Amino acid sequence: MNTSPDSRPGCPVSGGSSAASATWDRFLDHENRHDPYPLYARLRDAAPVQRLDDGAFLITGYDEILQVVHDPRISSDPLAGRDDVGDAGPGLTAAFVMQDPPAHDRLRRQTMRHFGPPHHAGYIDSLRTDITRTASALINGFPASGTVDLVEAFAYPLPVMMICDVLGVPHEDEPRFHAWSMAIIAPPEATTPEEAEALREEASTATRELGAYLAHLAEVRRGTPQGDLLSGLVNDHGTEGLMSTSEIISTTIMLLIGGHETTVNMIANGALTLLRHPEELDRLRADPSTMPRVFEELLRLEPPAQVTPKYVALQDVRVGDVTITKGSPVWIAWAAANRDPRHFADPDRFDPLRENRDHLGFGAGIHACFGAPLARLESQIALAELFIRLEDVRLVEDPPPYRRNPLLRGPSRLDITFGRVLPATTVS
Amino acid sequence: MRIAVDMTRCQSYAQCAFLAPDVFRFEGEEALVYDPDPSEEFRARIEQSAAACPVQAIRLDGEHRRPAPEASAPTALTATDRVVVVGASLAGLTAVETLRSGGFTGLVTVIGDEPDEPYDRPPLSKQVLLGTAGARGTRLPRASDLDVEWRLGEAATGLDLRARTVLLADGGRVPYDRVLIATGTRARPWPVARDAGLDGVHTLRTADDAERLRARLVARPRRVLVIGGGFTGSEIASACRRLDIPVTLVDRGRAPLARALGDTVADVLADVQREHGVDLRSSTTVTSLRADARGTVTAATFSDGSEVDVDVVVVAIGALRNIEWLSGSGVAVGPLGVDCDASCRALGPDGTVLDDVFVAGDVAAFPHPSGDGRRVSVEHWGNAVSQASVAADNIRTGGQARHDEVPVFWSNQFGHVIKSVGTPEAADSVVIAQGSTARRAFVAVYGTGDRVVGATALDHVKWVEHYRRQIGEGASFPPEGRTVDDPPDAERTVRPRSRITRPDTSAQHSDERTTP
Repeated sequence: MNTSPDSRPGCPVSGGSSAASATWDRFLDHENRHDPYPLYARLRDAAPVQRLDDGAFLITGYDEILQVVHDPRISSDPLAGRDDVGDAGPGLTAAFVMQDPPAHDRLRRQTMRHFGPPHHAGYIDSLRTDITRTASALINGFPASGTVDLVEAFAYPLPVMMICDVLGVPHEDEPRFHAWSMAIIAPPEATTPEEAEALREEASTATRELGAYLAHLAEVRRGTPQGDLLSGLVNDHGTEGLMSTSEIISTTIMLLIGGHETTVNMIANGALTLLRHPEELDRLRADPSTMPRVFEELLRLEPPAQVTPKYVALQDVRVGDVTITKGSPVWIAWAAANRDPRHFADPDRFDPLRENRDHLGFGAGIHACFGAPLARLESQIALAELFIRLEDVRLVEDPPPYRRNPLLRGPSRLDITFGRVLPATTVS
Repeated sequence: MRIAVDMTRCQSYAQCAFLAPDVFRFEGEEALVYDPDPSEEFRARIEQSAAACPVQAIRLDGEHRRPAPEASAPTALTATDRVVVVGASLAGLTAVETLRSGGFTGLVTVIGDEPDEPYDRPPLSKQVLLGTAGARGTRLPRASDLDVEWRLGEAATGLDLRARTVLLADGGRVPYDRVLIATGTRARPWPVARDAGLDGVHTLRTADDAERLRARLVARPRRVLVIGGGFTGSEIASACRRLDIPVTLVDRGRAPLARALGDTVADVLADVQREHGVDLRSSTTVTSLRADARGTVTAATFSDGSEVDVDVVVVAIGALRNIEWLSGSGVAVGPLGVDCDASCRALGPDGTVLDDVFVAGDVAAFPHPSGDGRRVSVEHWGNAVSQASVAADNIRTGGQARHDEVPVFWSNQFGHVIKSVGTPEAADSVVIAQGSTARRAFVAVYGTGDRVVGATALDHVKWVEHYRRQIGEGASFPPEGRTVDDPPDAERTVRPRSRITRPDTSAQHSDERTTP
């Protein structure tokens, strides 16, 4: 099994909440993709930890999520404790996102050596110029008609070009990744068991094909490093030795998918939210130095990674009044926690000046988003460039159409109109 | 600009080190080191880092703090009332900020015996000794609109409870409606007065101390002798090794930090020190210091009869409370500091509560949260902040909120971060609950009887929050069952915390308060 775990309800168990399960089903329903927040509120208000009919515990409260993701009795390996799983080769479940320590810690450190501190401090910071130039070039390419789909023309290509550069993947192969990446994350989009089975099959095939492609790229770099992350992984022995080829492929698949399926939504969600709040957009344009706070508030309100369904309890764990029973799946609804009124006053309000900025948009605990620093810079630069250079930007359609995926949520297209395009300013 | 990181909150997510690598660095995998006084040119990156920090641990200068929601609640003070804070360090500044953010608009006066504005002390034994920050570069960031009367360089010499007045060394008198005692501690000097005054013999508590010691290190001494293997002593030894200066560390316990953290963790730290080239002399004391004719220290003799030649001696044997100015005032003081109740209100000699006198920080001797009648003082950064916040709120509201936060403290040394919660110094057992001591990344959990009372992480800080919760809930010890991070079987044995002496439970967190 190479894909993310099945988040569809299965066999009912005793003790599950039918009301919560019904609300969760409505959450999964594509009809509600444009605004899942009232459903989160309903779930959270009923109880911040609830058991669904199929036995999974859904966590929607801020404090409860922080507790669970820091609890060493909660595994991030959805297959932990199951012995019916063979080795299916490299894939997402073998990447550190779905591993526990010590394997997780070692793999993450070995990857971090080529991405950030302590060994590669300054690398992400050094990409600011490239990101700005890329964003600027994309805006230069906007059609003269003054109408554009921001997802296709901007939010998608920017992070994808950057992740390809970081990893060392040729831009021209991008369409193939796009298809593979979409297939790998597709299983939670299924609406019937038959469809789920078919999507899992397709995801499995895509994982194999992507793995084979990356294995080739890795081999080319072995002995001839090219300054990218993949070259680092295959050549730098570090203090902990080399990763296995299988580990390298799994890690690279994870990073590619992370780069394809999250920041695009962040940029699109951010642009959408700003366009819905013209007064805040005016303030940002008047003082772009406020972008860091604006961005964190955008991420709190509209996090791309809404729910992570990978966790499982290794023992009974008490959270508030609820005991999460040993062996149960645990689903973490970050997006619900980000609007928990017990932590964020007036949580549905977009307020870049709010005191609490400790949102969970990038997760928390040892699995906090690996690529967060890159995503943060890309999104902040992208949104700043966009709204500084385009005048009189308007949404064509609100709400826009959404991608099917309920867990990695974002618009499938975001049509805007704009007036004048100002010339690019100096690259900062 | 000025910045400070609340390391009790920091979980080493490293977002700051990605975004502002010239200001925030990691030593090893998890130990954050930052420039407390960075150039203005990095402001945008620092603001980006502060906004990005997942635990919101980065404090910046000039940040306007909105009044807290409870600011509109009725207060015990009016706009004409005056609060006097004695002590201009972390606790004093935190109290002032809490008063103002709570909406207090009356007069606030802060009296401090050092001439400096409130500054952060943890960097003194790290960044300042390494030279990555100046001794005057650790001033604490603060809101620009605090509206405080600062009386710095003026020592308080007395407290007149009846006249509600603080007496100053120059004869000045400062009247108050409420007073907060936050006078902290000073370094315990070497007990042989003649030797304590030798040229080359240092302590480290103040910015001046750090400046003097840094100057010695710059002069490349042949060898530094650190007396006392507590947090300060160990960090000084770490700085010396980073500077490639030979260092001998003498500790009377079986290993550095053994009193604070127990034998199991301390033995690991002893190995770490030796691997980094520290000449570690455990179970050893200094019997004498020798000096040349000009009164400059030249050598030290140890209890095992051995001797080393040294150019610099740093005495790191703990702290003394600054309570002398209160003698005869009618405020109860003891060896642990100023007695107070759980709401930070000072007590009179007969144990009655003094309604207008409050205490916070290192100098406060407060009831042990267990309610068993013991008194404790906690000499840690996080305690100064949390206790001063509670005290200030109680001053403002007249309420009796309790200060009962589970203590958290940290130390950066030898490329590792050590983070502890609860009261590991008072436990009787310890077990490695996660990770591996061999890998130098683990969590040790401490128990008293069948309850978890503390935890110490070495480079495993993201898990600490879990144990803090366990301590608060009185979870059962030892932790049982499978975790994601089980230690090797060989390390999973419950051991006595200390194999030599039972800890002195009346002197919590004062491992450094040992006499040689």
